[in-house]
Amino acid sequence: MPEPHRKPPLSRQQLLDLYYYMRLNREVEETMTKLFRQNKIVGGLYSSLGQEAISVGTAYALENRDWMAPMIRNIGALLVKGVPPRDIFTQHMAKYTSPTKGKDGTSHFGDLDNLHIVSPISMLGDLIPVMAGIAIGGRYLGQKIVTMTWIGDGGSSTGVFHEGLNFAASQRAPFVLILENNQWAYSTPVRRQVPIENLADRAKAYGVKSYIVDGNDVVAVYTTAKKAVEEARTGEGPILIEAKTFRRRGHAQHDPAEYVPQEQREFWEKRDPITLYEEFLLKEKLLDAKGKKEIENKITALLDKEREFAENSPMPPPELVHEGVYCTGDDCHKIRPKWERPSAEVTPPKSSVEPVWTVEGFGRGKASAGGNAPIHFGDVRAATKKPAGTAEHTEKRVKAPPHKPAKLVAKSAARGKARR
Amino acid sequence: MAPVTFLEAIRQAMFEEMAADPSVVLIGEDVGVYGGAFKTSEGLLEKFGWERVIDTPISESAIIGAACGMSYLGLRPIAEMQFIDFIVCAFNQITNFVAKGHYLWNAPAPMVIRGPSGGGVHGGPFHSANPEMYFVHTPGLKVVYPSTPYDAKGLLKAGIRDNNPVLFFEHKFLYRRIKEEIPAGDYTVPLGKAVVRREGKHLTLLSYAAMMHTSLEAAEALAKEGIEAEVIDLRTLLPLDEEAILQSVRKTNKCLVVHEDTKTGGIAGEIAAILCEKAFQDLDGPLLRVTSLDTPVPYAPTLEEAFLPNAQKVFAAAKELARY
Repeated sequence: MPEPHRKPPLSRQQLLDLYYYMRLNREVEETMTKLFRQNKIVGGLYSSLGQEAISVGTAYALENRDWMAPMIRNIGALLVKGVPPRDIFTQHMAKYTSPTKGKDGTSHFGDLDNLHIVSPISMLGDLIPVMAGIAIGGRYLGQKIVTMTWIGDGGSSTGVFHEGLNFAASQRAPFVLILENNQWAYSTPVRRQVPIENLADRAKAYGVKSYIVDGNDVVAVYTTAKKAVEEARTGEGPILIEAKTFRRRGHAQHDPAEYVPQEQREFWEKRDPITLYEEFLLKEKLLDAKGKKEIENKITALLDKEREFAENSPMPPPELVHEGVYCTGDDCHKIRPKWERPSAEVTPPKSSVEPVWTVEGFGRGKASAGGNAPIHFGDVRAATKKPAGTAEHTEKRVKAPPHKPAKLVAKSAARGKARR
Repeated sequence: MAPVTFLEAIRQAMFEEMAADPSVVLIGEDVGVYGGAFKTSEGLLEKFGWERVIDTPISESAIIGAACGMSYLGLRPIAEMQFIDFIVCAFNQITNFVAKGHYLWNAPAPMVIRGPSGGGVHGGPFHSANPEMYFVHTPGLKVVYPSTPYDAKGLLKAGIRDNNPVLFFEHKFLYRRIKEEIPAGDYTVPLGKAVVRREGKHLTLLSYAAMMHTSLEAAEALAKEGIEAEVIDLRTLLPLDEEAILQSVRKTNKCLVVHEDTKTGGIAGEIAAILCEKAFQDLDGPLLRVTSLDTPVPYAPTLEEAFLPNAQKVFAAAKELARY
């Protein structure tokens, strides 16, 4: 059993928010399980039963301006970011009213303009370089954003996981990667996929700071994620958090997961993140039976309404199949970046630099043209000789960087204690 | 104006677009200090700085993924593949992520993926590829393959300004061999439009990229024998300018397609199908193809020469077609 929760740095309302979203996450999925059994879910249904603390606790650490890209077991993260449950129901039911109008299912949808959510695809790991790209793009625009995505223990063996993490590290991207280790990649246990004790160790190879956290302890997850998000925002990213947990259902609804040893299942069922958290809230008198009932009623009323909306929504008309392969221009999307720094800083003559390999003063967060620049490691000499007078020019051009200075050499992985 | 090379035209396009629009950035391997393996980005780092000319690790998926992410913020990244052969390392990222976003979740990805392609320079099996058809088969992408410095500059500028992911193939045989005077200042060439390079009435010769020049050479030889070939440069393979193809074939009633890509699954097969569907009654002969052989690109000059189409092969095929 986990240690008792220490006093968390959260207000009562925030603590109750975490509880609400975990309960909502579970009830949304329970509702969908019923819909699935009624043959109302068109495709597959994936469960995050027992993993709600990770989705909710990590997403709760983000600000509105920040970006996230969920995986299939991160419905809780979508709810926290502000996605209404109806969007999740209609997506799964392939309805015309869904965010993708029925063109894709599950959590495969996003919102570039308002909620800052990137849609996942089924190929694992591809979101990592994409979110790293948003992180450095946001820095370029002066937006001070942090990006976050999730990956499973299984997905951490894809090539693009490693390419993406290394790229993010080489760019010091303000990016947080949550490695959700639920111990099973479909039917293959983590020990048969990855011959190391802690998946967080993968971060070490890239000079990326990492933490390990008990994924069934929502306060621990939130606290760690919050720390990581703030560190990333101040230029210490990217950061990897391994959240240890367990996948209580099969890969998807069709899979009874009989390959999971009974004792493992029983062990984790006793560590249900919602039950544990509820006990904590009751013990600390942050929640009572009446408050709990109110939350339950609120969720039931909301989900009844949302489910009804989804069930009454039409399927997309067949003509829709032709629409939207290409953006047709300004009538379709007016694409304009949101500059939060003067674009003159990145336009000649201010952007101009000397063509040397090292970036003068980068270790102190000073790139030649102002702002952040690609990392170089301090003990490596410049490959090209600097022309005479460069230092002087550089000195003149130095501008306050949009973020706090990045450290030159990555810190060794600092870990939180895994409570198992 | 002095004539400029194909390479210089590409450099000018990137330079001018970056100067005009701070949302344009360049990302790729060795594009910064080194100025690109073929020097297509020479001078860009000095002008635009580290934040806009981004040297990356050797990670094609990361390059494409990061460019895609930047495009979601309204930036217009140009992602360079050092050799276009390596684009397949990012195949999943391009075909599943970048290409499908607009259709599925209304997410445009205004980005260009460009790099040196094609054979004839003894680059061997991994530095000579023509992978355009992998991507022509992917709805959501645009695929451009120019043959002249004028078009290279104008099409690249159009690609950078386009709201969709545009794959821009640069035939490296043309980089320094082809020169032409191009107008000073800004101009674009529209994506999706073919152009008639040579008027003719006896048969239509469709081609693009380096084979465009081979086709023109063959057309000159054919003219000496009284066969006037109409030579059309496709320029964009996706979307394909069907109208231009049909218009010419309805006039000449015969069609020969020349491409450096290998035969099976090449664009010639697609064009044959379009003509069968839409111009069957207009055809006086079979559609013929002159293409590379269905093998990997071999290294030895003798082998590569046997592998590639050339003006003699085009000439012979055109003569055969003219007999109908």
